[in-house]
Amino acid sequence: MAAVQETVDRVRSIDVEQYKYGFVTEIESDKAPKGLSEDTVRFISAKKSEPAWMLEWRLEAYRRWLTMTEPGWARVEYPKIDYQDLYYYSAPKPKKQVSSLDEIDPEILKTYEKLGIPLREVAMLEGVEPRPGEADTAKRKIAVDAVFDSVSVATTFKEELMKAGVIFMPISEAIREHPDLVKKYLGSVVPTSDNFFATLNSAVFSDGSFVYVPPGVRCPMELSTYFRINERNTGQFERTLIIADKGAYVSYLEGCTAPQRDENQLHAAVVELVALDDAEIKYSTVQNWYPGNSEGVGGIYNFVTKRGDCRGANSKISWTQVETGSAITWKYPSCILRGDNSRGEFYSIAISNGYQQVDSGTKMIHLGRNTTSRIISKGIAAGKSQNTYRGLVTAHRKATGARNFTACDSLLIGDQCGAHTVPYVEAKNSSALFEHEATTSKISEDVLFYCIQRGLSQEEAVGLVVNGFVKDVLQQLPMEFAVEAQKLISISLEGSVG
Amino acid sequence: MGAAIRPARTIAELGLADIYATSRQSLPGGTDIAAVRAAAFNHFALAGLPHSRVEAWKYTDLRRLMRDAKPLAAPPDIKAKARVHDAGALFATLGFRRLVIVNGAFAADLSDLAGLETGLTIRSMAEALALDEPLLSQGLGPMVPADEPALALNTALAGDGVVITVLPGATIERPIHLVFVNTGAAAAAMVTRSLVVVGGGARATFVETHEGPDHQDYQVNTVLQLVVGDAAEVDHFKITREGGAAVHVATLLANIGARAKFNELGFTAGGAVVRNQLFVLIAGKGTEANLRGLSLLAGRQHADTTLAVDHAAAGSQSRETFKAVVDDEARSVFQGKISVRPQAQQTDAKMTTRVLLLSDNAEADGKPELEIFADDVQCGHGATTGTLDDQLKFYLMARGIPEKEAEALLIQAFAGEVVETIGHEGIRDALMDATLGWLGQRG
Amino acid sequence: MTALLEIRNLQAEIAGRKILDGLDLTVNAGEVHAIMGPNGAGKSTLSYVLAGKPGYEVTGGEVLFKGEDLLAMPPDERAAKGVFLAFQYPLEIPGVATMTFLRAALNAQRRKRGEEELSSPDLVKRVRETAKNLGIDAEMLRRPLNVGFSGGEKKRNETMQMALLEPLLCVLDETDSGLDIDALKIVANGVNQLRSKERGMIVITHYQRLLDYIVPDIVHVLSAGRIVRTGGKELALELESTGYAQYQSEAA
Repeated sequence: MAAVQETVDRVRSIDVEQYKYGFVTEIESDKAPKGLSEDTVRFISAKKSEPAWMLEWRLEAYRRWLTMTEPGWARVEYPKIDYQDLYYYSAPKPKKQVSSLDEIDPEILKTYEKLGIPLREVAMLEGVEPRPGEADTAKRKIAVDAVFDSVSVATTFKEELMKAGVIFMPISEAIREHPDLVKKYLGSVVPTSDNFFATLNSAVFSDGSFVYVPPGVRCPMELSTYFRINERNTGQFERTLIIADKGAYVSYLEGCTAPQRDENQLHAAVVELVALDDAEIKYSTVQNWYPGNSEGVGGIYNFVTKRGDCRGANSKISWTQVETGSAITWKYPSCILRGDNSRGEFYSIAISNGYQQVDSGTKMIHLGRNTTSRIISKGIAAGKSQNTYRGLVTAHRKATGARNFTACDSLLIGDQCGAHTVPYVEAKNSSALFEHEATTSKISEDVLFYCIQRGLSQEEAVGLVVNGFVKDVLQQLPMEFAVEAQKLISISLEGSVG
Repeated sequence: MGAAIRPARTIAELGLADIYATSRQSLPGGTDIAAVRAAAFNHFALAGLPHSRVEAWKYTDLRRLMRDAKPLAAPPDIKAKARVHDAGALFATLGFRRLVIVNGAFAADLSDLAGLETGLTIRSMAEALALDEPLLSQGLGPMVPADEPALALNTALAGDGVVITVLPGATIERPIHLVFVNTGAAAAAMVTRSLVVVGGGARATFVETHEGPDHQDYQVNTVLQLVVGDAAEVDHFKITREGGAAVHVATLLANIGARAKFNELGFTAGGAVVRNQLFVLIAGKGTEANLRGLSLLAGRQHADTTLAVDHAAAGSQSRETFKAVVDDEARSVFQGKISVRPQAQQTDAKMTTRVLLLSDNAEADGKPELEIFADDVQCGHGATTGTLDDQLKFYLMARGIPEKEAEALLIQAFAGEVVETIGHEGIRDALMDATLGWLGQRG
Repeated sequence: MTALLEIRNLQAEIAGRKILDGLDLTVNAGEVHAIMGPNGAGKSTLSYVLAGKPGYEVTGGEVLFKGEDLLAMPPDERAAKGVFLAFQYPLEIPGVATMTFLRAALNAQRRKRGEEELSSPDLVKRVRETAKNLGIDAEMLRRPLNVGFSGGEKKRNETMQMALLEPLLCVLDETDSGLDIDALKIVANGVNQLRSKERGMIVITHYQRLLDYIVPDIVHVLSAGRIVRTGGKELALELESTGYAQYQSEAA
């Protein structure tokens, strides 16, 4: 409880002006020269001691990227990004070879302490310490693969996972240690040519998490990554690859914070999920990156490609996201429902305040027979923000019996913001049954007054009503995350009502 | 970003440029109109025919669907006129005031211009253009979204149509029936433009029918500009039953004043490629707009309804209800966007779309969109796509009704939910008959 | 001794329309006042003005609550001080469990009064007991507040909140509306249990029926925004037979 309470307390005190995670860790960085060229790509690959095939893969992506143009269809506006004015690699300089947690730069550990991340095995998130009489503690454990700028600095719980046969390590290590798995799956969901930002990521990704859960294994704990952007002007390009082999199950949590910066920072991650026959992957994100200040200056540009492939029959992929941060969010976690009877889910809460711009949603691509999908999206726009749900549901010719249910609800707080819903629904099969509902409304003044008459302050009342509005999605989060997310939601809306 | 992409000109685009160049001198209108036409054609020429990368035309790639540009239709001769007596038969017995537009030209001799009600005026668009009336040069200009290619093309090439005005306070009981008919003597293009201005507090009903022969390959680009004054009540019906090879692109530009009642219904059951685009601006407060559509599609038909409702004033209400029945290899497209501007508080807008797919190869694409900039609103949309309810079908069959008949009953009920909302009994019955006729052809 | 509530020459408008026009009313602790009157007399407006609903503009007069200026306080502070309004139409809050709402309200008030927040087990125990007393099913506490509740359930829920929050002044706005006789008895019984010598109540109603079950000490007739007659409980019975017609014409 304590660890999370601390996080919560810290997060509670965040406001648009004073982002408490906006501290900078003073450590030496090992940087690639500014700008992007084949040399940058080679530099990164060499830093990682990558095999030749990996370098080739990156270079191919880089060459492809040169021919591509930045997409402009989303409802987001930002000044042109100068891709030659960014650093593409930044790693903390190891003082020596890291073999245990104790050897990690204490400055970095301190950073995580401030964030309330349980890097050490004893420090677990809420309720992790076994309560008296609680037998099943394994479920409550969370393994953390912390990404500090671009390099995974430590991986906890490695041993216990090894026992179960689960591979959980930085992807840079996996490239060296499990080349066959990486070769087989990397880029198989998000090809190097997929889109401008994903292709850029393929060329310059520095690190990220790799998970492989072998057949029939239920991963004994929740896996978690905390991303953090530290270095000034560092684009961060994580690459995450998760494979659940036949009959396997894994739940993965991703949380993000970044220190305050005046310049906008580019973040272009790629996450690929592969679920084989009867496998299930649950991927949860709580994103509270720096949204920029109250004038709309600064903040993270979050251009992320997340896609899951339900490759096997009866497989299931479920995305849950709570998006409260970033100046710009451009993100569409998607499911390709290839296997017969496979299922995709997308549960989303996207909150925008200040000058934030969110363009997020999902794609459910029904290819196999009797595939089902469910989309629950809750958008909340406050301040001067713009909040767009953009989604696609499509059933191809052979996708007989495809089913989708979509509910998109938007809530407006104040009259300076905008909430938009742009769903694409495409049925190429008569047996497909698609249902889509969307509503846009504001918080009723009468409901607020009712709460206030019972003694709640205006902000408490808004928080309560909003948390009710997003409840269906919050319920999808693992408990430890849900509590934090609930607080974050209230915090994100601070100052949105006058 | 779309502007940067400029693929090679298609045969149809080159053909259109040629048509404009050769006919611009002979198109009706003085210098003001000519200038508006030139600007419009420039807009069109820059963008070219709309294609799938143009968001508003995502599902109707006109560059692909329009293989060539047909020459503008010649004015109808006596023989052609003789052939159009049974046009608009759907409403023939209802005593509507018929205005006949043959092969793109208003035929006064075939139209019923006798005994015009007080406050009602009717003229040919070609005549009005020839007079270079400011009403037209202004009307052709500002109301047209500059980036709308089909509209720009119409502005550039429109030859005729009708201009109707209803003076403020006038009540025109007798519905006005605009009969658009192609006689099919040659493969040609009909580009028509009409303007209807209904004054404050006035009431009128307009019915458009569009038809032509199945054997002829022809193209229609038709535009209706409709201005509904404050507290006016206007019903507008558009029935599209073009021939089986026709490409029909229609645009409705409606500007609705305050406290008005506007009822719109589109019924589409013909044509190879049909695009109905509706731009409805709710410019005044306290208005009620009721927008409905029903498409009955079979064979390889492609019908696209694209609707943009722009709530620009507070306290108005709009209801959008669109349904499609799609059989064989036909494709239904519905894009509907409700926009609520910052000042349009207390807007109440609800859109419902439902598609019934009757065949494995039928296709339905939909994009119901909300764009909301005001906070005190109640807006929503619901969209469903699916096939006939098996349980209902079984229930009917268990009562002894043969399968086809059971299906027909269910489809009729589905379509009926739109048709039954029509207040005018004669129009309602006629469209129900047309629906039954379509079901009968299904066999 | 200071009165619990003292309203002097209260004048209020909504959207520029005068609703309350010189209303005087004094409620002492331990008293139950009934306010009766025809539709449009200003009954609901009085309740909203006391609770501080936005949009109701006080243009004159004063309201003292235990000697303090009630009108100067924001609405949540009034609640924390002990002013409770039982709404005529309780609001629905989707996704917020009744228990969650009660916890939020109770602890918000306690915080404002500088009291310790209640621990979860204590709170749950108290809520369960109170609910049981009013015949409220524990299952209902898990359901979103008022969502899908029947009229009777909503009013019972209001009464439960009143019991839990232990206000000093209860304002019951048309609590009988939408209730059948059985539901009315349950709600009235709940209210009667809350009668105490520290607490005052204002029972607003159009009909005499409710006052058979919540027997008032004093009955007022409100018409055209002011109290036009005050009497004992027998006044309610008189109104039942004569109607409001005489007061409406008097006011006009």
